Amino acid sequence: MSSKSYKSLSDDIWKNRVDKINSEVFTLTYGSIVAQLCRDFTYAEVNTQLEKMGYNIGLRLVEEFFAKTGLGRCTSFKDTSEVISKIGFKMFLNITPTVTNWSGDGKQFSLILDDNPLTDFVELPEDNNAANELWYSNVLCGVLRGCLEMVQLDCDVYFVSDVLRGDPITEMRLKLNKFLKDEVPAGEE
Amino acid sequence: SIYDKNLFRNNHDINLSSLSFLFSEMISLSQSNSKGIQHLEKKLNNLGYSIGIKYLELINLRENYINNLNSNKNYVNGRREIRIIELLQFIHTKVWKSLFGKIANNLEKSSDKLNEYMITDDEPIFSKFISIPKDFGDLNCCAFVAGIIEGITDSAYLQATVTAHTVASAEFPTRTVYLINFNEDVIKREKL
Repeated sequence: MSSKSYKSLSDDIWKNRVDKINSEVFTLTYGSIVAQLCRDFTYAEVNTQLEKMGYNIGLRLVEEFFAKTGLGRCTSFKDTSEVISKIGFKMFLNITPTVTNWSGDGKQFSLILDDNPLTDFVELPEDNNAANELWYSNVLCGVLRGCLEMVQLDCDVYFVSDVLRGDPITEMRLKLNKFLKDEVPAGEE
Repeated sequence: SIYDKNLFRNNHDINLSSLSFLFSEMISLSQSNSKGIQHLEKKLNNLGYSIGIKYLELINLRENYINNLNSNKNYVNGRREIRIIELLQFIHTKVWKSLFGKIANNLEKSSDKLNEYMITDDEPIFSKFISIPKDFGDLNCCAFVAGIIEGITDSAYLQATVTAHTVASAEFPTRTVYLINFNEDVIKREKL
């Protein structure tokens, strides 16, 4: 499918097949969660917790994604990146990040988020190394990792830079490790 | 910086399922380190509380702005609600509209207790995709919204304890009633 048809598909889904709510509730809820986690854990642990939460979300999110879009298999990792940025993000967060920085072997790329609804009106505390250690939107990394694992792609997803930390852009990097073989879970026949 | 950003931005919409997924993870997280239903509801309440205390000020500011825009040079200063009924009506309409895009369905005063009021929501958006298993009995995950209400009442200096209860009806299986119990001193103050 071409890039343009992805865009029209995602616009169509967004307009017709999605129940919408005000993103402020979402931003506030997420902020509340992160704040509570920061009180209970260290920043490194918060990152892991957020990623784990995202992973659990991603495992279920991908089902809804396929139910709403009815898309088939992607033909290449490049195709996957287009689908993620144009349809996935649009459908769930109403944003379209840009896909850039492809590595030479075509197994890594970056997503640049210029508008992140999770971080509206958020600033990190000045003390306590938050700016050096905390990746505020780390849940997104988990979500992507979970979704991709359900389609047999083992990927590493991590933040490279974040506007909240003072960097100029918010950039996530996705690295494809390997294709997963369909295995029968242990104990099931 | 964030202080330069416009507070009155155009509404950005998001998928309801994103919120539902996030909420379910939030509940799992709270559940993993709580010892019982009461404890879990308290945790959810606390999470909502921190939202509520900021929310009143934000909504008032926005309402003020909209009133001024509409009133053509007769600047109407936003009211600060200091009486119970007015605050509850404010929550029932403006706050609900801003958070959920609809107004709450009912606002009642309890007939047997002086300090108890009830706000009813027929279809809370948070509970839309949640089904409570039998062994969790009375759990209502809208304890989170109860926390938001509690934060708002506290921020308005009309301290109350707010709890969420499921009162299912035939049409609306997830119908939730928020019981708002105002503190003694608040009731005394009302009488003045």
